[in-house]
Amino acid sequence: MSSSDVATERPTMAVWKFASCDGCQLSLLDCEDELLDLATAVRITHFTEMSRASSEGPYDISLVEGSITTSEDVKRIKAVRASSRYLVTIGACAATGGVQALRNFVAPGEFAGAVYAHPEYLDSLDRSTPISSHVVVDFELHGCPIDRGQLLEVLLAFLAGRRPVIASHSVCQECKARGTVCLMVAGATACLGPVTRAGCGALCPSIGRGCFGCFGPSASANCVALSTRLGELGTSDAAVARLFGTFNVAAPGFMEQSQALHGRVANPHVRRSTHEEARP
Amino acid sequence: MSHGAKRTRTISAEGISRVEGEGSLRVLVEDGLVTEVALDIFEPPRYFEALLVGRHFSEAPDITARICGICPVAYQMSACLAMEDACGVVVGEGIAALRRLLYCGEWIQSHALHIYLLHAPDFLDCADAVQLAERDPDTVARGLDMKRTGNLVMQTVGGRAVHPVNVRVGGFYRTPDVASIRALAEPLRRARDEALETVEWVSGFEFPDVSSDYRFVALDQPGRYAIDGGHPRTSDGVELSTAQFADFVVEEHVARSTALQATLGGSDPYLTGPLARYALNWASLPELARQAASSVALLSPCTNPFRSIVVRAIELVVACDEALALVDNYEPPIEPAVEVVAREATGTAATEAPRGLLLHQYDIDNQGIIRRARIMPPTSQNQLSIEDDLRRVVEGGLALGDDELQWRCEQAVRNHDPCISCAAHFLDLSVERS
Repeated sequence: MSSSDVATERPTMAVWKFASCDGCQLSLLDCEDELLDLATAVRITHFTEMSRASSEGPYDISLVEGSITTSEDVKRIKAVRASSRYLVTIGACAATGGVQALRNFVAPGEFAGAVYAHPEYLDSLDRSTPISSHVVVDFELHGCPIDRGQLLEVLLAFLAGRRPVIASHSVCQECKARGTVCLMVAGATACLGPVTRAGCGALCPSIGRGCFGCFGPSASANCVALSTRLGELGTSDAAVARLFGTFNVAAPGFMEQSQALHGRVANPHVRRSTHEEARP
Repeated sequence: MSHGAKRTRTISAEGISRVEGEGSLRVLVEDGLVTEVALDIFEPPRYFEALLVGRHFSEAPDITARICGICPVAYQMSACLAMEDACGVVVGEGIAALRRLLYCGEWIQSHALHIYLLHAPDFLDCADAVQLAERDPDTVARGLDMKRTGNLVMQTVGGRAVHPVNVRVGGFYRTPDVASIRALAEPLRRARDEALETVEWVSGFEFPDVSSDYRFVALDQPGRYAIDGGHPRTSDGVELSTAQFADFVVEEHVARSTALQATLGGSDPYLTGPLARYALNWASLPELARQAASSVALLSPCTNPFRSIVVRAIELVVACDEALALVDNYEPPIEPAVEVVAREATGTAATEAPRGLLLHQYDIDNQGIIRRARIMPPTSQNQLSIEDDLRRVVEGGLALGDDELQWRCEQAVRNHDPCISCAAHFLDLSVERS
């Protein structure tokens, strides 16, 4: 368990996947300029998407993508934790449960029954939960997907034994920094920028689109105030509920808004009683 | 195994590497006969078709992009086109050209990733591209450079390489300015040269002598190598509208394999992806790509799945060449998007994801709320054909040692660049665990 046995050589790194789209681990492969240097700075000893070779732990650092949605994965994440000196989660799925956490807010088994003929074959839990619900996490990198610049900063920080410098303020500040005119003030566009964690560089407002919350809630986000303001600007309750209830639907702050407003609109999730009905 | 006299040999690979997502394969050989082949998907299901119900039709491109981080544009494009089909909207030439440019970026990124980082190491006895780079750094650098260019195209048009933000039903949020698009010409010209070098490089690999009698399905787009739309066509001459094709395909839940598997009409396995496109759309290849193919004597149809890496390299030439032409001729559309007004209808559309045909179908109501969603990703359509390949590879490779045969089998899976994250949004988990 101690990393003393690897202290004499390069630190080891492992990349693990749970319920996810692969996009965050792809961000690592997308570091075209740094990938080969990184592979000389650390020994990547387990990364299924990239390599046939795999060595047993312990690992100095484990990057974990995805949320926990199966009983098998509940056990697997504990094993990953036990074999990792540092465990860093990458992406919205790992940090908050991801878009697949929409299942948490419908009747147990409803989604499985809508998609599969034989839900009883599935090892699938009724809730999609973040990694931190199961094990101690040393650092959470947010985003759907994560930003590769931030990923490199996190890796460098852990290799250097310092805390990563990752902003926890909101997208609003990124808009101000890049000189983007406020879409909400100027055009009454629904935007989650005031309550969403910075990191993307305020991409959406820069192309005239309201932020839709990929990076999850920022530090001390006042989601209630924003939700009220969006209503005043003419966004329907259903639209506000959907806006808060997407890629970080189970994140505290976003979750309450999406669920409170769902209460005032008809439950949009139509129950499907048979497989045939759902998939003609 | 209850028969003591039988010689049983089990080849299994837990956790197939260098594919997108997580799967494993299991092959059972009894008395020299392959009795069972199963490609198991243990990717946890995420129920996209259920969670889309109740969402607004404008959300489908962003939500379905999250099915796959490797080919988000394919999901966004199929979703947009399906919604536009439902609402009776056809976007203008300018928006269509910009979409095609974005899609070319994804093809370049995804094919460069697959060829250099995921597939080529197999042919060169390397565990991965890092090992390959130790031996041949310039070659890996060339692949990464192309991948970077693909990502640059996606960032410039889509705003972000993974899960682009600029795509909407009806078009885009903002059209890129002329200068930023023209700036793509130089890296794309370099990428096109690199793609031609790639064709030469991969065609020099040693390929196992395997051939398969595939039934191919690819989209047909008049006058061009289909990427961003068209109608399905099969190698035995069946032409269908996308909606007819959706009805023709039967997705079955097979008890043994515990996976939904697609067949044509409930019986015939088929294959989509590079081999299918190359077989059906060879005549539409741009001149440069056709020359490259003939310079390495790559005939059409190509029925050796191991040679799919050469076809993918040819498609890299296609995507770079197309992207370059689109960049040179770029004029920003007058409006970034056309208005799409919801109506109660069913919409169906398919596009060619890098790894094969991707079909979306939605029922929406007159408020634009999704009432039913059906998504057929390439890997679930290809799964039975991949299993057929595996059977053939094992039958032809029984003389190989277990380790070598296992590697050959993994390679046979990687030949089709399966995206298990995509497929598993409705593929079952394996209940049989070895």
